[in-house]
Amino acid sequence: MIEVENLSYAYGKTAVLSDVSFSAGDGECVAILGNNGVGKSTLVTCVNRIRTPSSGTICIDGEDAFALSRLELAKRVAYVAQKNEMSRVTVFDCVLLGRKPYFGWTAGDEDLERCADMIRRTGLSHLQLRSLDTLSGGELQKAMLARALVQEPRVLLLDEPTSSLDPSSQYGMMELVRQITKERGLTSLIVLHDLNLALRFCDRFLFLREGRAFCCGGPEVVTGETIESVYGIPARVAELDGRRVAVIG
Amino acid sequence: MESLPSADKAGAALYRHYLRRKRLAVAVTAAVVVAACLLSLMAGSSDLSLGDLLLALVGRGTRQTSAVVWNVRAPRLFAAVAVGASLALSGCVMQNVLRNPLASASTLGVSQGASFGAAVAIVCFGGGTQINAGGASAALSITNPALVTTCAFLGGIATTAVILLLSRLRGASPSAMVLAGVALSSMFTGGVTLVQYFADDVMVATVVYWTFGSLGRAGWGEIGLIAALCFLAFLFFLRRCWDYNALEGGSHTAKSLGVPVNFLIPASMAICALLASVSVAFVGCISFIGLIAPHIMRRFVGNDYRFLLPCSALCGAALLLLSDVVCRVLVPPVVLPIGALTSFLGAPLFLYLLMKRRGFS
Repeated sequence: MIEVENLSYAYGKTAVLSDVSFSAGDGECVAILGNNGVGKSTLVTCVNRIRTPSSGTICIDGEDAFALSRLELAKRVAYVAQKNEMSRVTVFDCVLLGRKPYFGWTAGDEDLERCADMIRRTGLSHLQLRSLDTLSGGELQKAMLARALVQEPRVLLLDEPTSSLDPSSQYGMMELVRQITKERGLTSLIVLHDLNLALRFCDRFLFLREGRAFCCGGPEVVTGETIESVYGIPARVAELDGRRVAVIG
Repeated sequence: MESLPSADKAGAALYRHYLRRKRLAVAVTAAVVVAACLLSLMAGSSDLSLGDLLLALVGRGTRQTSAVVWNVRAPRLFAAVAVGASLALSGCVMQNVLRNPLASASTLGVSQGASFGAAVAIVCFGGGTQINAGGASAALSITNPALVTTCAFLGGIATTAVILLLSRLRGASPSAMVLAGVALSSMFTGGVTLVQYFADDVMVATVVYWTFGSLGRAGWGEIGLIAALCFLAFLFFLRRCWDYNALEGGSHTAKSLGVPVNFLIPASMAICALLASVSVAFVGCISFIGLIAPHIMRRFVGNDYRFLLPCSALCGAALLLLSDVVCRVLVPPVVLPIGALTSFLGAPLFLYLLMKRRGFS
């Protein structure tokens, strides 16, 4: 589980995040929602200390994230960036990088087999020796997710994992994330723009507005009023075939 | 550990097989270097057969053969290997840490900075040369190699420091860093011209000849120093090969994998600057080797630094050895300036690689 308290971050003198607090338990997917530039990506990069917050505390399974070395933190928190640079390495090489926090000079048999397992689970076995720069957007995202999961993290940070995917791949990706989150008892923090994807796959919702946590909670916090306050557009949330859906406009 | 399905063992086995192919690529590149070494030993005005050479190499040759091999050809050979490997390693790592395929000691102005430092040392601080009787080229000798090397290193490291500061403080993009390198190259080239303007004819000739580059200039001591630095840098880089692989995914991804990015980038750049600056200080400006050797090997082993680092070093050594052979055999008995030749032949080769690149991006 993760507990974030009074987290603040500033670019120079410009405050980006102010006193953001939230918590999430094991096996929960948390959607981080809000307008562009509100600090969603900054928030997830503060959690694994890619950026250093100006104040606040982050506890992962009761441990202070700031007291851990970068390598120890990498064994607890994995991250998939919004934009991934496509290098000329194979899918297997890329996934094996996720085991880097665990091995010294070279990867052992166990590392290789764990990678092969995750590549199989993400449906990339047939591409494992293909170069990353020949993959489609969806395949690349899956490779990045596989790399993050072989880190065996307790907290998974995904920054817009579906941004460049077609609807079918978006659902496939989110289903996989949800399934593994439940199965391994992880906590996944997912930056999303699609409210309906969030409603479909996430358990908790953190809305950010002007660098502050506007509200955080279960599906009940996702209402037309919340969406209107956060995004500045009229919206309503309705039930359709037993599922909550957000209708914008 | 939970038992893993046999499919995963098969997947892992497939990957191990793939790694064996990569190791084969390293072995083949090493074989090319050995062949280039033999070619380099055989090329020259004294006609020596392969048998004579091998006998001389193992200490069983005639006195004359041994003298030619050990006093004339072997120093050039070892200088080419050490300098070629140093420049290629430094280019390979710079391209990674700066996230820029155009990065190398010569394109980022490090070589020009080192040249400026050396020119200042030669002309202003008296580390220059004495002209003896005979042709100018035969008479050049750096009277104070330590001073020239130190100044060349300081020039190279100053360039690196400016580029690093730009990237860290102002968040300069890769293309901005290359432009900064172009600007610094131009500034240092202008600086060398200014230094020459105030020097006498002999000093000007010395500086000009110095910047041509010559593998025959370095003695065993200098070669030993370059080789030792190259070896130590190679060990450092190879120990960090997974960190460089992680950096290929961007600095955020690397940090998330536990890579100490804030230490690794400046440390790597400083080591690259040291390698390039020391090489330039002893043998003059040799362009393009650092740029093209890693790009050639990327075509064969990809961006996996476990293999790219040794392959680039070997490729740099082979390229410089072959360039030196061309320099010696093209217009005998004149030995063409190696720096001019690597630029002359390197640029078309680089263009070719650029055109062949997927997507031309």
